[in-house]
Order: sequence, then structure tokens, then C-alpha cells
Amino acid sequence: MPEKDIVLKHPKDPSALLDVIRDVQARSGRVSDEAVGRIAAHLKLSEAEVRGAVTFYHFFSLEPRGAATVYLNDSITSRMKGRTAVARAFEEEAGCRFGEVSADGKVGLFPTSCIGMNDQEPSAIVDGVVFTALTPDRARTIVRGLRAGTPARDMVGPRGDGANQSELVRSMVVNNIRQRGPVLFGAHERGAAVRKAVSMAPEKVIDEIKRASLLGRGGAGFPTGLKWEFCRREKAGRHFVVCNADEGEPGTFKDRVILTELPHLVFEGMTVAGYAVGATLGVLYLRSEYAYLRDHLEAVLAGLREDGLLGRAVAGTKDFEFDIVIKSGAGAYVCGEESALLESAEGKRGEPRDRPPFPVSSGYLNLPTTVNNVETLATAARILVEGAAWFKAMGTAQSAGTKLLSVSGDCARPGVYEVAYGLTVTELLDLAGGAGAKAVQVGGPSGTCVAPAGFGRKICFSDLATGGSVIVFGPDRDIFEVVENFMDFFVEESCGWCVPCRAGNVLLKKKFEKVARGLGTGSDLRDLEAWGKLVKATSRCGLGQTSPNPILTTLKNFPELYAAKVREGEAFVPEFDLAAAIQDGCTAANRQPECKESLHE
Amino acid sequence: MSEIRFTIDGKACTARPGQTIVEAAGANGVYIPVLCHYEGLKPAGSCRICTVRVAGRTMAACTQPVTEGMAVENTAPDLEDMRKSLVEMLFVEGNHFCPSCEKSGNCELQALGYRYQMLAPRFPYLWPGREIDAAAPLLMLERNRCVQCLRCVRGIKAKDGRKIFAAVRRGPRVTIEVDRKLAAKLSDGEALKAMEICPVGAILKKKTGFAVPIGRRKFDKAPIGSDIEKGTGR
Repeated sequence: MPEKDIVLKHPKDPSALLDVIRDVQARSGRVSDEAVGRIAAHLKLSEAEVRGAVTFYHFFSLEPRGAATVYLNDSITSRMKGRTAVARAFEEEAGCRFGEVSADGKVGLFPTSCIGMNDQEPSAIVDGVVFTALTPDRARTIVRGLRAGTPARDMVGPRGDGANQSELVRSMVVNNIRQRGPVLFGAHERGAAVRKAVSMAPEKVIDEIKRASLLGRGGAGFPTGLKWEFCRREKAGRHFVVCNADEGEPGTFKDRVILTELPHLVFEGMTVAGYAVGATLGVLYLRSEYAYLRDHLEAVLAGLREDGLLGRAVAGTKDFEFDIVIKSGAGAYVCGEESALLESAEGKRGEPRDRPPFPVSSGYLNLPTTVNNVETLATAARILVEGAAWFKAMGTAQSAGTKLLSVSGDCARPGVYEVAYGLTVTELLDLAGGAGAKAVQVGGPSGTCVAPAGFGRKICFSDLATGGSVIVFGPDRDIFEVVENFMDFFVEESCGWCVPCRAGNVLLKKKFEKVARGLGTGSDLRDLEAWGKLVKATSRCGLGQTSPNPILTTLKNFPELYAAKVREGEAFVPEFDLAAAIQDGCTAANRQPECKESLHE
Repeated sequence: MSEIRFTIDGKACTARPGQTIVEAAGANGVYIPVLCHYEGLKPAGSCRICTVRVAGRTMAACTQPVTEGMAVENTAPDLEDMRKSLVEMLFVEGNHFCPSCEKSGNCELQALGYRYQMLAPRFPYLWPGREIDAAAPLLMLERNRCVQCLRCVRGIKAKDGRKIFAAVRRGPRVTIEVDRKLAAKLSDGEALKAMEICPVGAILKKKTGFAVPIGRRKFDKAPIGSDIEKGTGR
């Protein structure tokens, strides 16, 4: 279809902006100046605004990204599993570097933040198709195939397990379900949660969730029942349920497994939430990296409509109408923050909002909205069927129930584990085969880097809270390389709205690199701590409020590593490394820098 | 509607329902430093210089509504140091050469630097490469000085509501872009308003400059915040 018609087929509504851009990007591999003008005219926006949206999202671009585009995951786990060799193979075969398009315009190579495949790295997304467990040979084959015009989906194989095998998913992703627990993986009769909900008063549904002490599974841990209650109390013409399926925390992939194997449970949870808060529409915000699941999810929705579990008269009721639509992200970690997600779902740059007002009073389209994580909604559906008492009997006093963990890194059995809250790090390492770990990152980069001395700590809201990401680092891993990768991630993913997150993370990263290069003094460590606290205290949203954690938690838990790096007591260590600065020139001239010893040894 | 009672550093204050801490503080003669705040525009909470503390939690006073009984900490030494840090961060994040800037003396960032007695910033300069955009007939966008407060984005719009200024890219690469087509239609008065709404010297009206000589400008006469603090003895 000509680009012009692609633009015109969308409604003349600014909220369609991201959908239009997505279609144009998919067709032309870029959004050209001409396309920007067309989109702006069609949606009655300024061209500057359209450019603002295109340039905010990682998978959109004003510049050409190639007829086919490879996005190679850049998470620390990908690096641990051989990313460097795979990247080199991609570059050699394509004849261009990452961040560039090959001379013939056929293949573009770009890095990307964690794509939710940490248990099967290195992985990449090629034209929307996920390739896992890549080897250098496979990388070369893919580039050769793309050059020859073979569609990415025809190069998939072998297919993964479970629903990944179905014709609708057709993916080589594997689920790696290592431990099935009673809540998410317990036997569930399809539709039972919705039928139970509509047999009760909405207030009673909320009461049941409150009695179960269900806390949000995305990481923040807000009481779900309370959120629903606040939302229900708001007087407005419409209410919404939004399911946050934008798990972007590096190392998290448990929502991917839930969406692959238990989508009906998620949709039931959304429907139960809709009944409880008085909503007629639910929106599933699906991260772009999981676009390969979209047809599968749409088919499940169609089945639920057919069976009367969605639609005009849900589960035989007279007056409960509820349906669900899917909205796609476009590559932005910050959109996992609920108010940024809402902005993005409305077709704008995914910049967080100021709160108050909270989404429960002013959310999607500025109407009362409950935003809940995928796992939270699936869990809520199960609670309604089995009862609050059943749920509370599992886990700890403050952290009821079970949690689905995504375990990756240096362990024999990476994958997802449904465990009761209160499990210690040691117990989890035993399950996953991670004996001898040097460190365990609980909660992803925004969480805590735990040293062996802390392996007795419990995974629960009152100790080591996590949205699900657990990354194991073996005895030979360089913790400084880990921290540097995490800080690169936060700098890349900051939305740039507020000063401390936009500039502070860059300054923290530079200071950290100075220390990591062995050019730091004791005062640099004190600066790292003070600046980290500053960024946490003054940032506008959860991203900046947690982004210094890779530095702060390793400073606290691995002080000996830092002590070995810095030159305590030395009055002055030059930040400028002359040897490094002239290295390129020296390499070209085939000689060694001579100044190295005089300055830094 | 009834008045809300609250305190700032122990001083009894009152607010109207819906007022933010910054607005209510000003009405009670208490200055809370701001940069991205601009009267009449929806608050953005982007500069964070108005950071205060309530019940142990830090928050932006420009976006937080006052609630009954709220005890706001405004001048605690650690808060003032955070604000000074943020001002310093803005100086190292851009390229600010006050002596050659048309806005010197009218610049709110410079005035905050003086208020916080900033000497050498604690952070290393980042010296970013930033492009100047002089394509609009009446305006120049001097991005070296831009602090990305979004005042232009929020305040300068075309008659049909479209944004003339917009943020592009994200993270440390965010810049402000001016829409060429819409900017070409700006009147003299609108261009002047854009320059005035900018707290620094990033938006400049072409063909006029230094109409008021340096030394006789706004903050040359009275330091920032003094209009609010007048008579409070600070």
C-alpha cells in the first residue's frame, strides 16, 4: 500500500499517532520528512510533535533502518552468553557496524534494551520476529537470508514449547517453566473467575481481593484491592482497566510466559477488575518486543467473546458489558511506569505524568483507571475462585501468596519459577542450580545487587522486593561490567523530562567509569554515594528514583571491590587518561603509548 | 470554599483548595525557588529545583497540591544543597557563557546561580555539542543554553492549539525543536512572548538585542525571589 494510503486509513485523531507511525515505519523502514508532513496534516498536529513521538521510541526512526532490521539484545545476560561474538558475526556478514545500515540498504543492525528473553540469550528481534540462543553461524545465516529477501518468519526454527508451537505464534521462544505453583499454574476452569465475580456485588469482589492482601506484582507492591476501590469511588462517565504488559526491567520475562500460556487468566482478571471498578473497556498495553504474541492474544479474546465471557452481556448478566483491546508499545522502558504507559496508550511520547492526580482518578483519557500488572490480574482471577483464605495461607504475613520469578544468568536451570514469598536467595539458587554465585541481582537493575553474605535474605516485599527479575552472576564475573551495563541502560531509557534523571545519570555513569578504570580516589566514592542519593530523592518518577541503585547497592554490598579500585589517600588522580586518549593514534602508527607509566602506575 | 491550613518551616500559612505548594507559599510571602514554573502554565515538574520535604518524602512543590495540616520543609540545609546541586547540574549539562548572552541579567538560571552562591560546580562539565537553529524568520533557538524546562512547549501554541515547540528524542539527547512551518507564521508579539517565556537565553528574537543594557536588567536590580521575600526578613 502506498505510504499516503497507510496514513489516510487511520482516524483523524491525534490518539492514533503511534499506530500511524508504526505502520509507516513497518512499510518504509523509516518515517521520512514527507511522511512526517503527511501524518501531521492528517492528525492536525505540528510536524515538531510528530518528530517528537517518532524520536522517543526505540523502534521508530526518522533515518532509514534498512529493508530488514536486526535489534540485538544488549542486556548483561546477553553479553554473558556470547553476545560479542554474535554481534561481530552480524557486523561482518552485513558489512556495517551496529547503529548503521549496510551499504546496499538491505540490513540494518541496532542494539536494543532487554527484550524479555534473558533465559535464552543472545537473542534478537528481526522484523518483529524473535531469534533466541543465537550463535555466530546463525547470525551469518540470518543476514544472508535477509539479503536474499527471505522473510524473517521463514527462518524461524525449531519452534519452542507450548503455545509457541501454534501457528499463531510460530516462535522459537521457549517457556522454561521450571516450577509450577498453585496460584498461576493451578488447575483453573475457564471462565470460573468471571462467573464468580458477576454472582457477587462489585464491592464484595473488591473486599475479597483486599482480604487476600494482594499487592501489585509489577514491583511497586501497591494493594490491588485498594486501587480498585479508589477507582470505583471516582464519579465519572467511564472507567477503564489497563493491563501493564510492558515488562521492561532487564531480566524479567515472566509476563511473557504468562501471556503465552495463560492469556485467558489475564483477560479474566481484567474482566473481574472491570466488573469491580465499573469499567466497560480494558486495554492491554503490550510491549513492542512481544508483538509476536499479538495474533495469539487476539485469538484468545475472540474465543472469550464467542463464549460470552467478553462483550455485551458478560457471563449471562443483564447489564455488565466489557471488552478488551490491545495497544502496542514501541520500545521504551519508561512506559512500564503506569502514567507514562497511559500517555503512550493515548498515542503520545511516553513521558510520565505528575502525580497527583493518580490514574485511579485521572488515568486513560483522563478518566478513572486501574493500571495493574499482568501477573497481578491473573492472580486476582485465581483468588476470586479459590478464596482469600486459600491465598493468604501461602507466602509470609506481609507478602501473601506466590510470585513468578524470572531467573537467568549463571545457573543450570534458567526460566520461570512460581515460588511462595519468603524464599531465601540461597533456596532459589538451589532450585535454579546457581551454586557458587558471586552475586545475585534481585529486582533487575533498579533492584538490589546481593552479595553472598546476604543470600539468607528473603524474597518478599519487606526485604528483597522484585517485579520478577533475578540474575545470577558466577564467581568469575566482573561486577563493574555489570554495573556499567545497568547504568548504560538507565541513561538510554531515561525519558529526559527531569534534570536529575536526564543529567544526573550521565554524571553518575562518568564518575563510575572513572572509578572502574582505576582512576578514582576515596572522594569519588563519596561523590557516587551523594550524587546517587540526590538523583533518587529529586527525580520525578520511579526510573530516576531507582536508577542509582546499581552503584549504590554494590557500594554497600561489595565495598571491598571498590576499595581495591581506588587510590585512597592520594591527593590527586587525573581524570584524563592520556594513554587512553592517544591509544587510537598509537595503534594506527603501530606503537605503544609511552606515557602510561609516568601518569598512572 | 474553606481555607486550608498548613505550615512551611513552622510558619502558619493558608491556601485555597487546589493550590500547589509553590503557589500557596508565594501567597504567604514564602519563596520557593523555581525554574520550570511559569504562572498560568500547567506545571511540568521538570527542573525539580522546588524540591521540598513533607513527612520525610521529597517532592516537587510546583506540582503538589497543599493538603490540610501539611508540614512543608523548605529551607533545611540538605534541601538547599539539593537545589544548588540541580542548578549546578544544569550549568554542566549545557554550555552557558553568561558574559556573551543576551539574557544575562534577565536569566533565571543565572539568578539562581547567584542565589545559591555557586562558584565552581561540583560536577564535571559535559560540554555537549548542540546545534543552533536559526531557520525561523523571527526566532533563534540557541540550544547550548536550553534547560528543557518545557515552558515554550507548554506556553507557545498556534491558534488551532498545535504545538510550535516540541521535545524530540529522549534521555540526555532530548532537545527542543521549533516547528518551521508554524514558526514562520509567528507575529512579532508572539516571538517576543516566546523569548520572554524562556527562562534562559535559548529563545531569542532576531534583529533586536540588548535593548536594556546589562546592569539595568531585572535581576541586576533585585535578586531572584526578593519580590516574594520582601519584608520577611530573609
